[in-house]
Amino acid sequence: MAITSDNVFMTQLDAAANWARSNSLWPMPFATACCGIELMATASSRYDIARFGAEVMRFSPRQCDLLIVAGRVVMKMLPVLQRIWLQMPEPKWCISMGACACTGGVFDTYAVVLGVDRFIPVDIYVPGCPPRPEQLLNSIIELQDAIKKHGTLNGTEFADRRTAEGPAPLSLEELRRSRDFLLAKAGDEALAQQQRTAPPTQ
Amino acid sequence: MTSMSTIERLKQRFSGEGFASSQFRDNTRFDIPPADVTGVLTFLKNDCGFDLLVDITAVDLLEYPDARNRFRVFYALANTSTAERIYVRTHLDEPDLTLPSAYPLWRGADWMEREVFDMFGIRFASHPNLKRILMPEEFTAFPLRKDYPLRGRGERHNFPVITRAES
Repeated sequence: MAITSDNVFMTQLDAAANWARSNSLWPMPFATACCGIELMATASSRYDIARFGAEVMRFSPRQCDLLIVAGRVVMKMLPVLQRIWLQMPEPKWCISMGACACTGGVFDTYAVVLGVDRFIPVDIYVPGCPPRPEQLLNSIIELQDAIKKHGTLNGTEFADRRTAEGPAPLSLEELRRSRDFLLAKAGDEALAQQQRTAPPTQ
Repeated sequence: MTSMSTIERLKQRFSGEGFASSQFRDNTRFDIPPADVTGVLTFLKNDCGFDLLVDITAVDLLEYPDARNRFRVFYALANTSTAERIYVRTHLDEPDLTLPSAYPLWRGADWMEREVFDMFGIRFASHPNLKRILMPEEFTAFPLRKDYPLRGRGERHNFPVITRAES
């Protein structure tokens, strides 16, 4: 056996810490839409998120380690979300709850962000519009399993993640659209210039 | 519904080029030139008893059939003692998108005019605090104009990306 007593000690400490952490996830509810209602239902007595030790919803990010983004996030709200994520102490995890938080959902307009995973790290995605409380509970169970399996005392399981999850912030389609807009604008200006310099026809 | 006497008084007081009244179902519309907005609104408030400003909003008439102007601005007024309602409309064209503010008459005009400015870029002269109300301050476009694309011009992608390594 090549295991030194040192390693055994650290492994046992990790396991103990992860056991404690996974059974006392304190959620930060970032509820901006109807998913927030399902989140509240999940916390209420029928579904009872307290069975998994995650009932302590704190409205201060300093006291939380699980960010639940429930609902669509608009471009005015995204800097707030990023600030909240940065204010949460390590170790921290993020659940993107519902179609809007994951992809923007049906709100594909100028103001709505197409998925929070473009701008903050996301660990678990919960599909649905809105997801049932059971789905949210299942995501918490999965997150607990992941923490128990991969978690370390000093958070080295996150060390490999150097890039953001999710699609690239700027898609090819978006680039084409802005190029077309700039071309159209340049065309309009050239036309206006032409009209200004041309002599009046009447 | 607007009583006939109100319309008659309006027509008597304001007539000429640019003034017109029309009826759609039970809505009475009174079209006025932009220069007379303050005069008409003051008359309606002080002499006809329209004490409540219900709404100020605008329509972009770009690509609208038979439209002669680019923007139409609505003032929806109500008389709370007689339940009369009237819609005052005025039309604007680029580049002069400025109207007098209704803030001195109704304090409630403050946020309504900010919304019209935010969405359409129509400015209200002598408004006490004319800045964006819905969109972020650094936003440059006016999203409810018809020449603004529905999906925007990439503003919603213009944010820093926070990774696990950085947070």
